[in-house]
Formats: sequence, C-alpha cells, structure tokens
Amino acid sequence: MFENLSDRLERSFKILKGQGKITEINVAETLKDVRRALLDADVNYKTAKEFTEKVKEKALGQDVLNAVKPEQMMVKIVHDELAILMGGTASDINIKGNPAVILMSGLQGSGKTTFSGKLANMLKSKRGKSPLLVAGDVYRPAAIEQLKVLGEQIGVPVYSEEDNKNPVKIAKNAIQYARQYGRDLVIIDTAGRLAIDQQMMDEIESIKNAINPQEILFVVDAMTGQDAVNTAKEFNDRLNFNGVVLTKLDGDTRGGAALSIRSVVDKPIKFVGTGEKLDAIDVFHPERMADRILGMGDVVTLVEKA
Amino acid sequence: EKTKVSFFSKITRAVAGKSKVDDDVLDNLEEVLVSSDVGVDTTLKIIERIEARVARDKYVGTDELNSILRDEITFMLTENQSTDVEDFTVAGDKKPYVIMVVGVNGVGKTTTIGKLAYQFKQNGMSVYLGAADTFRAAAVEQLDIWGQRVGVPVVKQKMGSDPASVAFDAVSSAKAHNADVVIIDTAGRLHNKVNLMNELTKIKNVMGKIVPDAPHEVLLILDGSTGQNAFEQAKQFTAATEVTGLVITKLDGTAKGGVVLGISDQFKIPVRYIGLGEQMEDLQVFRRKEFVDSLFGE
Ligand SMILES: Nc1nc2c(ncn2[C@@H]2O[C@H](COP(=O)(O)OP(=O)(O)OP(=O)(O)O)[C@@H](O)[C@H]2O)c(=O)[nH]1
Ligand SMILES: Nc1nc2c(ncn2[C@@H]2O[C@H](COP(=O)(O)OP(=O)(O)OP(=O)(O)O)[C@@H](O)[C@H]2O)c(=O)[nH]1
Ligand SMILES: [Mg+2]
Ligand SMILES: [Mg+2]
Repeated sequence: MFENLSDRLERSFKILKGQGKITEINVAETLKDVRRALLDADVNYKTAKEFTEKVKEKALGQDVLNAVKPEQMMVKIVHDELAILMGGTASDINIKGNPAVILMSGLQGSGKTTFSGKLANMLKSKRGKSPLLVAGDVYRPAAIEQLKVLGEQIGVPVYSEEDNKNPVKIAKNAIQYARQYGRDLVIIDTAGRLAIDQQMMDEIESIKNAINPQEILFVVDAMTGQDAVNTAKEFNDRLNFNGVVLTKLDGDTRGGAALSIRSVVDKPIKFVGTGEKLDAIDVFHPERMADRILGMGDVVTLVEKA
Repeated sequence: EKTKVSFFSKITRAVAGKSKVDDDVLDNLEEVLVSSDVGVDTTLKIIERIEARVARDKYVGTDELNSILRDEITFMLTENQSTDVEDFTVAGDKKPYVIMVVGVNGVGKTTTIGKLAYQFKQNGMSVYLGAADTFRAAAVEQLDIWGQRVGVPVVKQKMGSDPASVAFDAVSSAKAHNADVVIIDTAGRLHNKVNLMNELTKIKNVMGKIVPDAPHEVLLILDGSTGQNAFEQAKQFTAATEVTGLVITKLDGTAKGGVVLGISDQFKIPVRYIGLGEQMEDLQVFRRKEFVDSLFGE
C-alpha cells in the first residue's frame, strides 16, 4: 500500500544532506512522511500529531553534516522515540497471592478466552503454578465449552457453573474453590463487551470489586483502528487495568493501536498473542513493535550498520 | 440506527466558530475522517474534491459543507455499488443458494450466520448450516447452538475433520432436502497465512461439484472496529475466494463505520449487511441512503 518508510526517509534526507543542519523548514516533508506512516499503521490521529511534534523537537538542530548517514540518524530518532514511548518500566505480571487472581477484559472477539488458555499454560509450565481457569462468560454460545476444550489441551481444570447466569457469583465461588483445592492461580475469562454498553461495563466493574484481582488485563486485537484509544480509555476508567495484551500479531497489521493505547492510558503492554495455538504467546518487545509500526523490518540492525 | 457517534456531530464541532471553508476547516475535516478509519487515501480524495469545489465556487460556507460532504460520500458509495439488496432474499432460481462465509479470527462470522439464518427463515425460506470450522475450540458447538436457537439443521462432523468434506456434506444435504439456502461457516484465518488461504480455496471449489456455480455468494466479514488492515483483508480474501459481498459487524460499538467508506472507495465489492449487536435480530441489510443518514445523525 505504501513504500517502505525508511526508503522515503532516505529520499527526503538526500535534500537535507547539502544543508548541514535539520531545520524547521527542511524537516517538514520528512515529518509528513512519518506522520503518514503512523496513520497508515492505525496510530491515533492525535497521538500521531503529538508524536511527530516530539520527533521534530529531537531532530531540530541536529548536525547532519557530521553524521555518517544522516537519513539513518532520522530513522533512529523516530524509532527510538517510539520504543521509549511503548517501553518504560519493567512490566512483569503480578502473580503474588494465594491464589493470585487475574481478570480478563476486552471487546468481543479480541482473544480473551484464547489468551486465558495461553497464560494458564505459560504460568503453569514456566513458573510452576497450578492454575484454575474460570468460565465467567455466561452469554456467548458455547463460551464455557470453548474454555473447557482449551483447559483440556493444557491440562488445567476449568471452573464453571452451567446454570448460573451471574458472573460475579461465579468468580467468587471459583476463588473459594481454588482455595479449597489448592490452586494458587485463578484466571477469569469474561464475556466480550463494548465500552459503551453501560450494563456490561457495570458487570465487569462488579466482578472486580467483588474479588479484588491482583491483575486485570485488557485484551485488544492488534488490527484495531482509530477507536482503540476510546475503548482503552473507557475500560481503564472503569477498571484501572494493570496491563494490555495485544493479540493476533501473527497477521500483517502494523499494530499502531499499541502506541495509541500506551500514550493514552499509560499502562504497559505485557504480552502479545502470535497465533491460535496455546503456546503462541510472547512478552512484549517495544523495539520490535517500533520497527513494525514504521514498517521497516529490523531497524536496530540497520542503524547499527550505519 | 445504532451507529453511535455520528459524523455530523463531529463535523459540527470541527467547524465551530467558522463561517467559511478554509484550510483550518479542511484540517479539522481531515481529522474527523481519519479518526473514523476512512483511511488517508480516501480522506485525501474527499478533501481534494471539496477543495476543487471551493476553488470553483470561490466562497463556500461551512453550512454547505455538510451537504457537499453528503453528496461526495453518497457518490463514493454509489460509484462502486450495484443496486442494494432489498431484503433478506436470495436469487430464487438457484437452489440451494450457497453462501460461504469467510474472514479473519473473531470478526463475527459464526454469529452473522446465526443472524442470517434467522432472517432467511423469517422470510419463509428453509435454511441449512454447515459447520466447516473444525479447528477452533467449540466452534461446532457454537454454530450448533445458533442452529437450535433459529431452528435450522446444522451439518457437522467431529473436530479436526476436513472442512472441505463438511462443506461437501452440508451442500449435499441441503440439496437432498430441497433447501432454499445453505450457509457454510469457516474457521477464522489471517489472510497472510498461505496454507490456510489455500484451504479456503479448496473448500470453495468442492461445493461446485454438487451445485454448479456454488458458492453463489462469498461473504467476507469485517469487524467494524478494524483499522487499515481491513484493506489487506479484502484484497487477500478476494484473491482466494472471489468475495462477492461484505458484512461489517460490531457497528453498535463506538466505531463510526468509516471503514465502509474506505473499502467502498477502494474495492468494487458491495456491502451487503451490517451487524449491530449480539442477538439474533441484530443484522440489517445495508442501505446506502440510510447509512449516509446515520453518519450525519439523522
Ligand atoms: N491468529 C491469531 N488468532 C487468535 C489469536 N488470539 C486469538 N485468536 C483467535 O481469535 C478468535 C477469537 O478468540 P477468542 O479467544 O474466542 O476471543 P474472545 O475475546 O474470547 O471472544 P468473545 O468471548 O466472543 O468476546 C479465535 O478464532 C481465536 O482462535 C492470535 O494471537 N492470533
Ligand atoms: N457487539 C457486537 N458483537 C458482535 C457482533 N457480531 C458478533 N459479535 C460478537 O463477536 C464475538 C465473535 O463472534 P463470532 O461469531 O464467534 O466470530 P467468528 O468470526 O466466528 O470467530 P472465529 O470463528 O473464532 O474466527 C462474539 O462474542 C459475538 O457475540 C456485532 O454485530 N456486535
Ligand atoms: Mg471468549
Ligand atoms: Mg466462528
């Protein structure tokens, strides 16, 4: 759909080479390219604007003449700034407590149920936990069955109450059950909900208040467009979640929503989903995400070569 | 109409305090369009047309902007769309009328099939469903529950069986029972996975062995909150299955459906239906005029 951003940056910097320093005027075109790349990657309009302003400040007055490859210097500024924005403090998952309780949240179809299975699998095999999966989605057809199938695949028990339509009570009972049967980690799957659905947002807030989870994760589809910021903001206003999970990154989306969400709610992206299988989970790598948003392969190695 | 924040209210805010369409207003308009996932290319196209109009008419007031925009958007939708389908009907001369449903993971394929079956049945047609998603956990059960809800038979095999074989069975059964419509569910797949896309082509081709020209319709389901990746989805699924129509789901969310505009502008595939919720009734035939009205908050 568009040529590689680094090619475009390189081209616009040919002009800069003769001019010695980056100035407000000569950098304008380049910034436009950067902004376009961000918008094509679904970075939120306002976020993209703020970001290019920041890059401009960093770039202004930089000495182009002494740089070996000035175009790559600009690429580096943009890339580093992105990575810094999306990275920051260490963001491990909090699984202290007995049992530690993790609550999933997010829009319909974002990947909550699948991710619940992946997380249980990972914490079981890598951290020696004994998880209990909880079927807190009482609405979607076969939601309980889906979680049961996943639980079976990874050898993790699933707590469900077929005839109970109250997820708050189910969640409470499940924690009780975990205590009784020595499960030290409880992962609660919930129904997908829209941020504008007040009743459903009330429901998940009630679940939170009733069980006081160690960790609330907001699960978001990496293909989400401009509205990602509003959704994230409303879920965060309601739940004050601890971290974000970015799913379906095995696709070819640029995933600009990651940047938007990070800059709007300032919560760390903790995990990414990279496939439908239950081992397709990874911790979040800000550097890789920066490359991806800019659509330029591995910039780090590119810049190191310079 | 449930499409939430309308274009209109946003445009009204964008032009507040302005009487004339100038660069400021156009910048604000750009923000409104891009923020609705229309996409940069289509946005620029709309803005250029308005600029041309401003250049020609010298003075264009902001009160005229709405009607100009409405014209441009209607034109954009009309340009690429054949006539709207009138209701939940199918071509009567093809029996069974075979519909195959495709799309990336979690967009709402299975739910849309349940809703469609409901509408067709309401209109007096007999419907069969084929559970050709044999991969995702409990996908067959999910479609089965929809089948029970609506009261239509679901043709299925066990998990992990060959989806093309399920599709073959479903179309055969529908034909044997003289059904009017058969709708085939498929597993969600990302369009950059070559093997899975090839599998889809295979599922599609097998149906033609029972009913010539089948599938008569291939519906690509797009999630209304998807951003620019929707374009790549449309492109790749069309390459694999010759998509004949689009369904945009989850438009009951805050999404403003801007993706409909972008897609209509860039592809020649008509939007057939829109999804507006999780219940059986929450599917509507896409009508351009109503859609444009809803964008402008009427
Ligand atoms: N390719 C890919 N598919 C994924 C990933 N995560 C989830 N999926 C798929 O996305 C679809 C939806 O996933 P679910 O886990 O059912 O999503 P959910 O959020 O629980 O959905 P609801 O309960 O309906 O709100 C399924 O087809 C999953 O297999 C991922 O990282 N990559
Ligand atoms: N709010 C809303 N939710 C919807 C709509 N359509 C589907 N959903 C929900 O989106 C989620 C995913 O829907 P499915 O029908 O399972 O999607 P799918 O494309 O079949 O998913 P996979 O088979 O896993 O790829 C479910 O929770 C549905 O209830 C809609 O129009 N509005
Ligand atoms: Mg689920
Ligand atoms: Mg499905």
